[in-house]
Amino acid sequence: MSAPYVLAQAAPAAVGSVAANVSIFAVFVLITLVVVFRVSRGNATRSDYYTGGHSFTGPQNGTAIAGDFLSAASFLGIAGAIALYGYDGFLYSIGFLVGWLMALLLVAELLRNTGRFTMGDVLAFRMRQRPVRAAAATSTLVVSLFYLIAQMAGAGGLISLLLQIPKTDRFSQAVVVVVVGLIMIFYVLVGGMKGTTWVQIIKAGLLLVGAAVLTAWVLGRYGFNLSEILGRATLNSPAGEAILDPGLQYKSKVDFISLGLALVLGTAGLPHILMRFYTVPTAKEARRSVVWAIWLIGIFYLFTLVLGYGATALLPPGTITAANQNDAAPLLAYALGGELLLGIIAAVAFATILAVVAGLTITASASFAHDVYANVLRRGKASPDSEVRVARTTAVAIGVVAIGGGIVANGQNVAFLVALAFAVAASANLPTILFSLFWRRFNTTGALFSIYGGVTICVVLIVFSPAVSGSSSSMIKGADFAWFPLSNPGLVSIPASFLLGVLGTYLGGREKFDAARFAEMEVRSLTGAGAVKATTGKVEPSRAVSVSSVGAIPTFGPVDGGTRGDRGRAGRRDVTDPSEGLTAPQEPVDRPASGRRRAVPPPGPNEVTVPHASLYDRSAWRD
Amino acid sequence: MSSVDQRPTGTIYEQVQATPEFRAFRGRLRRFVFPMTVVFLVWYLAYVALASYAPGFMAIRVAGNINVGLLIGLGQFVSTFVITQLYVRFAEREIDPAATHLRGLVEEGNR
Repeated sequence: MSAPYVLAQAAPAAVGSVAANVSIFAVFVLITLVVVFRVSRGNATRSDYYTGGHSFTGPQNGTAIAGDFLSAASFLGIAGAIALYGYDGFLYSIGFLVGWLMALLLVAELLRNTGRFTMGDVLAFRMRQRPVRAAAATSTLVVSLFYLIAQMAGAGGLISLLLQIPKTDRFSQAVVVVVVGLIMIFYVLVGGMKGTTWVQIIKAGLLLVGAAVLTAWVLGRYGFNLSEILGRATLNSPAGEAILDPGLQYKSKVDFISLGLALVLGTAGLPHILMRFYTVPTAKEARRSVVWAIWLIGIFYLFTLVLGYGATALLPPGTITAANQNDAAPLLAYALGGELLLGIIAAVAFATILAVVAGLTITASASFAHDVYANVLRRGKASPDSEVRVARTTAVAIGVVAIGGGIVANGQNVAFLVALAFAVAASANLPTILFSLFWRRFNTTGALFSIYGGVTICVVLIVFSPAVSGSSSSMIKGADFAWFPLSNPGLVSIPASFLLGVLGTYLGGREKFDAARFAEMEVRSLTGAGAVKATTGKVEPSRAVSVSSVGAIPTFGPVDGGTRGDRGRAGRRDVTDPSEGLTAPQEPVDRPASGRRRAVPPPGPNEVTVPHASLYDRSAWRD
Repeated sequence: MSSVDQRPTGTIYEQVQATPEFRAFRGRLRRFVFPMTVVFLVWYLAYVALASYAPGFMAIRVAGNINVGLLIGLGQFVSTFVITQLYVRFAEREIDPAATHLRGLVEEGNR
């Protein structure tokens, strides 16, 4: 990220008064949080914690997906990138949106039909459970961590703006990142998974309305003439006319293409997005949710074009620099509506970050607890209590690492940082998901090669790229150990990961091909037979908001065994191995057939309970 | 429909997988989603490549300060929305009825 246009920090002398900024912001955040807690209160059944009982409707889930996806990168990062680099910044909007077609056409419905909670479920379907689950959890953790670092950096910058801490005061900035990070971890532990979906829905509404208001305001200033805004931006930008044309930020053609590739292929591999496909009852609803998400996200990204160029057009020349580019949207709000609008927009941005951090942290800790701890380390014999501890400790550990990373990455464009997470997701997850859904021969060795190879190549290339060291805008200043020329590794790591998947599959060719298991996966994925159904049959009347979502969903009996029809209602049994019931009629591949497991009839998919389901349940804290 | 009964070997999933109905259904789905994926990826990568290798072309002003690059960029939004709606229409007409039917075969076979 070269920054040739850093003017002499002509920072706006004062952006509102600190007290006014903070109080408006705090009131707004408090109201939002109170609403969220009220909405999400009440005890729910166990599988609710991972997936809301698979009982959200398509539109609800689509809105939540938009809330999960539109992170600080989309609001603060893209607006800043367009304000500073114009055309090159707009690539983020387009790549982030177009990538959704991959999720819609190839992934969402098939994934909904084959898995239950995590990406590991899908891979474990016809491969050796323990190694692929460990691999899937590893890539989930790495992707989530990159994503979280970006969000922490964005949150730190945002609060620093409200408190008017100068960008040069690195220490105070770091303190802000730590405090904000701790608040977010606290929120995740207290608010939990139930609240997260509603945070995301409410936040998506706030964000879209906030961005729409700003957009209309900017357009209104220029007689609803986009060309006029662009013209004004060329006058204010230090780059002049060049801000409308390609090539301002990316001098290297290959770098631009590499970024573009990572953006478009990353979406369908993001673990926290994949997990959201399981919150709906059927594949058709998964499709509807993606369609809703695409429309909401697309409309939002159209706003970013106006916001970015509008910030350059309306703010005094030189206000937006490489150092404060994440502040473009809040500064624009201040220029338009003073302290009140700044406070509101900053609160919306904060809610945005909070929702994404909550979703990411819970996905990552759930993946670790569900895939690694319960299935790999304890082979399905973990006690619920110990799993609660593991998951909550994981959440805290992930948060702490993200805070550290956020301090290092503070000042980088948030969209740029998230694009790195997209590169890891596209390298580690996408090839494995596509191969296991569509390629008959794909096997465990192939999956392991692709996931571990993709993660390793991607992370190594990032560490030795100009993004980390060796350029004026690197994260680590004054060091130069960069030998990889591209700031985003997608162009190399994504094809490499696909190739490794193929290579591994042929090297592991002697693994026994399980025709029955493949048939089951293919038939299930395409038809929805045997898919996990909605579990929420009955809801406490106090959960007023959920009623609408539940009312539409009939509670199905399990399809693959008439004998189990009633049990889901009668009471849920604890099943020690969550993998059972995923494919009820057959033995898991890597386990020798043993009479012991079959002695207990396999549970229907509805009744499989998650051992650490009370993970984030506040009522569970009492014991 | 009764083809399941005529194939006594293998699991119910293998039997359904072997039916001509399932094969036709899978083919129809893939003949839609694979080409569509290629279309949107090529169109998107063309946009990215043009910005890199033909910046002069992308910088041509079309109307006022609106240039070719911006129009193609907005075109990406339009194509995304169009492909989304095309797929929804295709899925509702072609996928859902067939999937329901085949799911019925599996559930019947499991009884």
